Amino acid sequence: MKKEEVPQDTDNLNEGKLAKLYYATDEKGHYEKLNSIGWEAETVVMRQAWDVVHENIEAAKEKVMNGEASPVLFYKEQNIMTYEIIAGYVGTLSFIVWLHTKPFFFNRLSSKTLDKYAFAFRITREELMDITKFKDPRTAATENKNV
Amino acid sequence: MRIPFEHRQSAHCENGVVSNLLRFHGMEFDEPMVFGIGAGLFFSYFPFLKMGGIPVTSFRTMPSYIFKRFANSLGIKVKSQTFSNEQKGMEALDALLEQGIPVGMLTSVFYLTYLPDAYRFHFNAHNIIVYGKENGKYLVSDPTLEGVTEILPEDLQRARFAKGIPEPKGKLYYPVVFPKSYDLNKAMIKAIKHVAFFMAKTPMPILGANGIKYLANRMRNWPKKLGPRKSVLWLGNVVRMQEEIGTGGAGFRFIYAAFLDKASVILKDEELFNMSKELTAIGDLWRAFAYEASRVCKNRKSDTVTFDQLADMLYEIGKKEQILFDQLFLWAKARL
Repeated sequence: MKKEEVPQDTDNLNEGKLAKLYYATDEKGHYEKLNSIGWEAETVVMRQAWDVVHENIEAAKEKVMNGEASPVLFYKEQNIMTYEIIAGYVGTLSFIVWLHTKPFFFNRLSSKTLDKYAFAFRITREELMDITKFKDPRTAATENKNV
Repeated sequence: MRIPFEHRQSAHCENGVVSNLLRFHGMEFDEPMVFGIGAGLFFSYFPFLKMGGIPVTSFRTMPSYIFKRFANSLGIKVKSQTFSNEQKGMEALDALLEQGIPVGMLTSVFYLTYLPDAYRFHFNAHNIIVYGKENGKYLVSDPTLEGVTEILPEDLQRARFAKGIPEPKGKLYYPVVFPKSYDLNKAMIKAIKHVAFFMAKTPMPILGANGIKYLANRMRNWPKKLGPRKSVLWLGNVVRMQEEIGTGGAGFRFIYAAFLDKASVILKDEELFNMSKELTAIGDLWRAFAYEASRVCKNRKSDTVTFDQLADMLYEIGKKEQILFDQLFLWAKARL
């Protein structure tokens, strides 16, 4: 890559906090260091990855609202965690964590275990248990209308 | 307290930490030198090893191998510690800072609050240096950033003791023994031979230049095998591994070409410089591949024609790397 080809695309996800270092060549082919504020191709694939994360969060939210999953699933997606990572914090097997994403098992957890989950997600136990906030304002509005 | 420490930006975190730590101790090594002597360049594609359901593609050796190889070949001794007790791990860091030693450490990117949110995935092998503590905050030199920054102790503790694979376990490291003399030329040639061997001569189909061709052949079948949504995701992942933070562009190819360029000046070897130029050209092909692939991702259309074309581009790169690293291997072998 030549020096003048180092991309400087302003449409990026770096929030102005980051200008990455690139290695690019001068006219003789020797390398120099240059900063780049962003490249479109990279931004596209990063957005793509984050879109998946956001889709997963929305899907998890829906499931929690419908009573098909416990808040553990939502916070798992929100923190982009895997069952293995959560299991590491809670000190159990990832299979057990998977069980705890089911409301049936989640509702039977001791406060001690709940504290461990709260620690893993960096929230309080009350926040973890509170599922009212998953109620989508839109659905709440339509419910009111029906009444 | 604040240890007088000079921060310099680098493309990749591990090179940067090594380079910055050694500069503090009076040894001047630029990032490409660290990457080259540490034999960091590689390619591997593991169809059976998946992260988040997507096969792992890697353009470099395993994390922490660069430092290991670099230190071994120059005779630098590095002390490293891991901790099972988080409190003790933080106390050990404070004690080292009191002694005036800047400390390298492994962290999880997810908890490094000073990074842009978009980069904060669970990647547990990010290297940073802590060089002091002031006003209840740790002073951080993150080599991927332009300047120094700071972080709250609770965030740093989280980052150092993050769970997942691999677990950093609060790993701290700092160089302790420095060689009086070393043979730089030999270290460089040996490292080049090492990289060239693993790129060109490994019999495994998924490693080195073979791995690139293998990925190309697999990619051809993605739209048929995975359907449009997944194949685009998998393609995006390859590009992300290639271009996301820390690669210096084109999946480390440009950093390595910069190393060959530097080595050719030190060794006064015109042939090596020509190979550096060849690797630059290959790097440009990688960039072109990333650009075309990102367009496929953006349109979210994955008709087989495009994937076939992308696979052709990759296959071409694989062939070129095979030839180049074969040459490089013979070059290094003749000089050892």
